[in-house]
Amino acid sequence: MDLRTSPAFLRGMTQNRHPSRRDALRLAGLSAAGLALAACGVQGQRVAPPAQDAVAGYWSGKKKNGALRFANWPLYIDKDGSKYPSLEKFTAESGIKVTYQEPIQDMTTWFGKIQPLLAANQDIGYDLMVMTNGIHLGRAIDLGYLVPLDHAKLPNFAANASPSVKNPVWDKNNTYTIPWTVGVTGIAYNPKYVDGDITSIQELWNPKYKGKIGMMLDVQEVANFGMFALGIDPDKSVQADWEKAAAKLQEQRDAGLVRKYYENDYVDALVRGDIWITMAWSGDIFQQITEGENLRFVVPEEGGTIWTDNMCIPKTAQNPVDALTLMDYVYRPEIAQMLVEYINYITPVPATKDLVLAHAGQEKGEDRKFLEEVAASPLIYPSDADLARLRSYKSLSSAEEKVYEGLFQPITQG
Amino acid sequence: MKRLTPYLLILPGGLWLVVFLVVPLIFMVSVSTQQGDVVNGFVQTFHIANYTDALGQYRTQFLRSAVYGLVGTVLAILLAYPVAYWIAFRGGARKSTYLLLVLLPFFVSFVLRTVSWKFLLADDGIVFEPLKSAGLLPADFHVLQTTTAVIGGLVYNYLPFMILPIYVALERVDPSVVEAAQDLYASRVAAFARIVLPLSLPGVFAGVLMTFVPMTSDYVNAAILGGPDNTMIGNIIQTEYLVNQDYPVGAALSFTLMAALLVGIFGYARALGTQNVLEAAAR
Repeated sequence: MDLRTSPAFLRGMTQNRHPSRRDALRLAGLSAAGLALAACGVQGQRVAPPAQDAVAGYWSGKKKNGALRFANWPLYIDKDGSKYPSLEKFTAESGIKVTYQEPIQDMTTWFGKIQPLLAANQDIGYDLMVMTNGIHLGRAIDLGYLVPLDHAKLPNFAANASPSVKNPVWDKNNTYTIPWTVGVTGIAYNPKYVDGDITSIQELWNPKYKGKIGMMLDVQEVANFGMFALGIDPDKSVQADWEKAAAKLQEQRDAGLVRKYYENDYVDALVRGDIWITMAWSGDIFQQITEGENLRFVVPEEGGTIWTDNMCIPKTAQNPVDALTLMDYVYRPEIAQMLVEYINYITPVPATKDLVLAHAGQEKGEDRKFLEEVAASPLIYPSDADLARLRSYKSLSSAEEKVYEGLFQPITQG
Repeated sequence: MKRLTPYLLILPGGLWLVVFLVVPLIFMVSVSTQQGDVVNGFVQTFHIANYTDALGQYRTQFLRSAVYGLVGTVLAILLAYPVAYWIAFRGGARKSTYLLLVLLPFFVSFVLRTVSWKFLLADDGIVFEPLKSAGLLPADFHVLQTTTAVIGGLVYNYLPFMILPIYVALERVDPSVVEAAQDLYASRVAAFARIVLPLSLPGVFAGVLMTFVPMTSDYVNAAILGGPDNTMIGNIIQTEYLVNQDYPVGAALSFTLMAALLVGIFGYARALGTQNVLEAAAR
């Protein structure tokens, strides 16, 4: 949807403003490489899983540089005016100056930006980035674009991270990633137009809401919901299940129920009343509710999707040690607390709940009420019953990906 | 040396085109017949079926884009001509101010302008809410996520590219030619139809080139204002390249689109007799 994909803009976003002559030459080489790739087929770039000594091999001799360039999504860190308190505290303690930017809008565009640079072994302009688990993160791992983490330097992660975020299926033993935040894809609706409590995913197929239903453009999101509606567990699904789910989603589309397959813009559409009920991300809706919008969010009884935004270090990072230091720093409970109070997604550090409550005790009025809401919210500290209903995206091989996209993309992009 | 001068003059621009247009085009053709995926690599197998598969799968979107482009271009002519005419003949001393006004939208990002339509045209937004309350529109009336919204967005975003060339053509029409026609007992309508309109056709021709091509390959308007049934071929190409990273199919689609547009434009130039049009423009 965008000029975001225009090459000139991408280059502007991903590279230094004043490239040196060497950079310019390398860039020329890069486009030449891109073209050469076109001419004679692209070399397969899949790498073997890192050997035992890959971690030591990468990290030996790496030193702290006192600088860190951090790429994150918008509105995804605590902010006070134009300052980032948690990052300032980090700089004060460690002496590492953080350049914090928000260039990531969605995984597709982001991966499209960094992929050619990483393929050419070129600096992407960032030492630390936040990527959602899914097709693109899987590709980045497969292509060897990420640095294996030295867990000896991540004691706070080991001590404070929730067991539920350790050793995820898409990154065994957290080899390359540790979570920044966790979120849930469920159903949001506007009680002004929707009567009664919504509990079932079948409401997204309810003809009562014809043309007022929002679905997501992302194939993994939409496919999971098709499967939940049929009682299929995405983790265990096979091609036959995908075909059934695709048929179910096609039926929904053909009946004219779906207003649009949305990206992030579903929030505005929901608030404006263009749609009444929609697939939604938990944190978005929590933020809207605290801003006074009358919206509801539920994890459907048939199931919802849990996803993780993960911190990871690109292989061309200039300041990997500084990046690793920050990754561990945000797992200190008091820092994780600063983050969760602002971000309002599920925190990977469960100990923050008591800290948020204690903080609420010191505040008054609005602030106190808000913090109590945060601590009590099932969208931030989900119940075990909710968690039990949540499933990840299916991990796909390259061959499966083609089949999967071939089934679901014609629905969202017919 | 003298004989070389013209060639030296086109050298910089020519090199630019060769490096940044011709070379990528050749590679795009090559990619379009490869097979594979981004992780395991693409291999040249001269798989021509990429074209037939892509065309077969996305025929609807191709046709839809062509129809949107055509309808949008015609609407743009109808809207742009009177504006250009008025500025050229009635603009007086303030001509450049009016031209600046035409260009003013370009000072705001293309995406932002399109997104702002979403607020304007929201189902219960500032335009429709009062009309619905007054009972002038049915409660489920909406414009967003319809063909109307997408074509409207296209026309809005590319209108200046139609106005400017028509204006330039009209501006060069000598008013005394029109006076002469009237002296020879042509009515105002006849003077317009037989003198002004033919003289302005080169502008219309250029305007069509500058709007039809980008409108047909546009994907921003369909992505922001469209619904499930408004996907254009540009959206598909973007998805194939950036989401699926299926470069061969993306390249096959791009090349087909380019070929179709070229054929369309040449056919149009033929039909309109560009020779005359261009000669008129050169005078």
